[in-house]
Amino acid sequence: MNNFLHRILSALLVYGLLMLGTVLALAPLLWMLAASLMPPGEATDYPPRLWPSTVTFEHYAALFTRLDLGRYLLNSTLLAGAVTVISLFVNSMAGYAFAKFRFRYRDRLFRILLAAMVIPAQVAMLPLFLLLKQFGLINTYWGVIIPGMANIFGIFLIRQYLLAIPDSLLDAARMDGAGEFRIYWALVLPLCRPILVTLAIFTFMGAWNDFMWPLIVLTDSSMYTLPVALANLLGEHVQDTELMMAGSVLTVLPVLLLFVALQKYYIAGIMLGGMKG
Amino acid sequence: MTTGQERHATRGARAFLAPALLLIAVFFFLPVLAALLLSFTDFDIYALGDLERLRFVGLRNYLDLLQSPLFWTALGNTFYFVVVGGPLSVAVSLGAALLVNAPLTRFPGFFRAAFFLPVVTTLVAVAVVWRYLYHPHYGLLNYGLGLLGIDPIDWLGDPVWAMPAIILMAVWKNFGFNMIIFIAGLQNIPTPLYEAARIDGASGWRQFRHITLPLLGPTFLFVTLMTMIGYFQVFAEPYVMTRGGPANRTLSVVLLMYEEGFRWWNMGYASAAAFVLFVLILAGTALQLRLRRRDPE
Amino acid sequence: MLSSPRLLFIAAWLALWLTGCDSGAGHAVTVEFWAMGQEGEQVKALLPEFERRHPGIRVRVQQIPWSAAHEKLLTAHAGDAMPDAFQLGNTWIPEFVALRAIEPLDQRLRGWSEAALADYFPGILATNRLAGQTFALPWYVDTRLFFYRGDLLAAAGFPEPPVTWDGWLRAMAALKAQGGGERYAILLPIDEWQLPVILALQRGATLLRDRDQYGNFRDPRFRDAFTFYLHLFARGLAPPVGNTQMANLYREFASGAFAIYVSGPWNIGEFGRRLPAALQPHWNTAPLPNFTDSLSSPAGKRVETSTVGVSLAGGASLALSRDSPRREAAWLLLEFLAEPEQQARFYQLTGDLPARQLAWNDPALIGNRHAQAFREQLRHLRATPPIPEWERIASRIAYYAELAIRQELSADEALAALDRDVDRILEKRRWLLRRGLVP
Repeated sequence: MNNFLHRILSALLVYGLLMLGTVLALAPLLWMLAASLMPPGEATDYPPRLWPSTVTFEHYAALFTRLDLGRYLLNSTLLAGAVTVISLFVNSMAGYAFAKFRFRYRDRLFRILLAAMVIPAQVAMLPLFLLLKQFGLINTYWGVIIPGMANIFGIFLIRQYLLAIPDSLLDAARMDGAGEFRIYWALVLPLCRPILVTLAIFTFMGAWNDFMWPLIVLTDSSMYTLPVALANLLGEHVQDTELMMAGSVLTVLPVLLLFVALQKYYIAGIMLGGMKG
Repeated sequence: MTTGQERHATRGARAFLAPALLLIAVFFFLPVLAALLLSFTDFDIYALGDLERLRFVGLRNYLDLLQSPLFWTALGNTFYFVVVGGPLSVAVSLGAALLVNAPLTRFPGFFRAAFFLPVVTTLVAVAVVWRYLYHPHYGLLNYGLGLLGIDPIDWLGDPVWAMPAIILMAVWKNFGFNMIIFIAGLQNIPTPLYEAARIDGASGWRQFRHITLPLLGPTFLFVTLMTMIGYFQVFAEPYVMTRGGPANRTLSVVLLMYEEGFRWWNMGYASAAAFVLFVLILAGTALQLRLRRRDPE
Repeated sequence: MLSSPRLLFIAAWLALWLTGCDSGAGHAVTVEFWAMGQEGEQVKALLPEFERRHPGIRVRVQQIPWSAAHEKLLTAHAGDAMPDAFQLGNTWIPEFVALRAIEPLDQRLRGWSEAALADYFPGILATNRLAGQTFALPWYVDTRLFFYRGDLLAAAGFPEPPVTWDGWLRAMAALKAQGGGERYAILLPIDEWQLPVILALQRGATLLRDRDQYGNFRDPRFRDAFTFYLHLFARGLAPPVGNTQMANLYREFASGAFAIYVSGPWNIGEFGRRLPAALQPHWNTAPLPNFTDSLSSPAGKRVETSTVGVSLAGGASLALSRDSPRREAAWLLLEFLAEPEQQARFYQLTGDLPARQLAWNDPALIGNRHAQAFREQLRHLRATPPIPEWERIASRIAYYAELAIRQELSADEALAALDRDVDRILEKRRWLLRRGLVP
């Protein structure tokens, strides 16, 4: 009996904490959604409203018609997409080389790269800006894409994954006379598919959520990404809570959907990165 | 393996490595090196207009930094964020992982996803949301506290509460990531160990203390290191929430660097700040690794 | 899951999108013009007339948000991505002159009649001139004065707004006494530098000394003004809150949480739009009160002078990029926007007050009772020191003022620290002056 009571209590405790955690984790997001549907002024009512008195989509309409949010949505999608596609190729090639080739200084080179992950990206930011200026890349989409094209963490992830794949597979292909690039394209890439998807999500979300670099590089407002546009909107419309919430929903929603759709891969990738680290 | 094959392999490796290494060298290592050089000059708005107005100043930027109360404020705030926010974030992550991974828990996938959602959200967007949640008059948070009989707190306006408010938001945003890593670590602990302990009559706490924690060691190290490195670089949270205010209580080193570098164009000074931060992160990493090594567990 | 051909297709499409943007626009000259916030939005309405008069010129307006405008212009200059013509805050002019980013206009202004130049508010035009050269044309003006609740002030026994510091203090004390704990007399965001500087200028302080090479904040006149400012908070007349804490300023003004607010012309329109209709007859604007030396007047008798206290010569100007190949066309745009008729139209569109006095004869402006105080105030202006470092110095003033308000530093400690910081900021300027590298 005592044991039974103990189990009931533990279950209550565990579920109580889980529910509390879920509420705390989701509340800000749900309130954001609710506030975005409220008529102007209602989000700053007191006592605070949790739900709109009447649901209105006027703020979403205003964002798209008056504030050009569609354009920023497109920019963000295409920029994040470009960074993702290009970096997948670059990083997978390098990861493949580190995992499956023997060459001088391989391990030393890899260790240097790993150590460099400690350097805050901000250190490089100022000169990188001046460098891109030399190349004429300021205020271009390429200025945003190029610094994201190679990523040490991505290389690391691919390498870890490929280490677990037996060399014999590749050797067999080599015996058949396949060229190196063909082996990479037709054999290695398909083998890497799960980790590539993980890396793709990582990269896409990172690029989508990136704020500081696009803010600095893109001077032309028609090229802004969503987070930059949102921060700008905040400066002009800070009093329009509901409008800001609608903008936030639109910024967050695409990545949330992407995560929900592909969470299996995403979480597998974090575990891989975390465990072998 | 024959030398011929090896040479062949080297050539192949070169072709595969070249794009990534070239990009990293040109767009990362080169700028880092340049930043180091820049930090010994007084590159500013005058120099930008005319390079004749650039001076080599040796270590003066570093000395100025060390003498600047603002830098010490920023450093203090950053340490506050790392020392309070870091462990809090790790603890919440571990707690969440233990809950999700508990044998009792049904639908762990649902809870895992719910806890993880804040991680994938765009910081700029959720910071906007939190600004409203924190509002002293209309904010939900103070309303909730009011129901508990607690007086309203001016979260982002009161110098005492601003940093805790930023930390709270950062923990909310980040704990899911580390939670996943902890779950992976927990799942790697063989269940027979727990069964044996239970037969020996060890309580839940003792099992946690003597089995879970020690075996989670490497994961723990990884998580604390990554969290510390990330938290040292805190920027976007205060940038969007408070712009470093009130009274610079949420000004972080990276935010200071941004303001100096891109608002006032004191590139030399800002670069020096970046390097001081780098050295600090390096020292922090080394310290943690050292502590780890001394600890036999 | 992406298959390889589909990946390639996406890559190719991206490449097209990345390179294919901006395919020229016929043979007309296109002038790139950056303007900020709502100005950027509204100025578009003036342009059809300009393009009708100059068929060979097209204007592309880019709207940049005020909050990031300064950083944006600097990065654009550093990145060689400057527009042909742009709006800038007039306190930024020295910075962009130091950067050699803007073209002096004196050659082009020779075509102007003297009356046209004299038509600008003199205090405003002065901020566009540096070392004898004119670098920008004033577009609209901005200065700060009182927005107040006439009903609350009258109820406290002051039917007219105060004109001296003494009267102002008495009015505030009465407002506070009447409203009880929930009311403050005045709202002064503690993270702003403007009011302490205005008070110091009224007190006759010079902010910097020796050709603007050193801070002069421990000067007794600045110190007096600063202590006066701190008293407003210490006596509970002003709440110690900053800008980020005001989620709904207008609602709080309407509820009577404070009765006076020191602000600029943009709030004429905002107050009109956002305050409830019942309150509309009760709010008003007034020029700032003036410092009067009560010590030198006979004891017990306060001399109420009618002079207006000085305020800041703010506003936005229009400048030409030095490196622009389309400066001729861009200049035509600047001249067009400087015409009194366009200035008046622009006022109707935005509520921004015209820099040309002729435009103030427009019926719409004469009919705006809230604008009249500005007209008066605009004749009593002082400029901040015309050096590129000013914005940084101003941010230091705001910082130390906030610390002093929060009583983390005493007034003297704050001013000493301010002088020290400012002297350090100005070190480069001193070196450049010694070398003759800046005028």
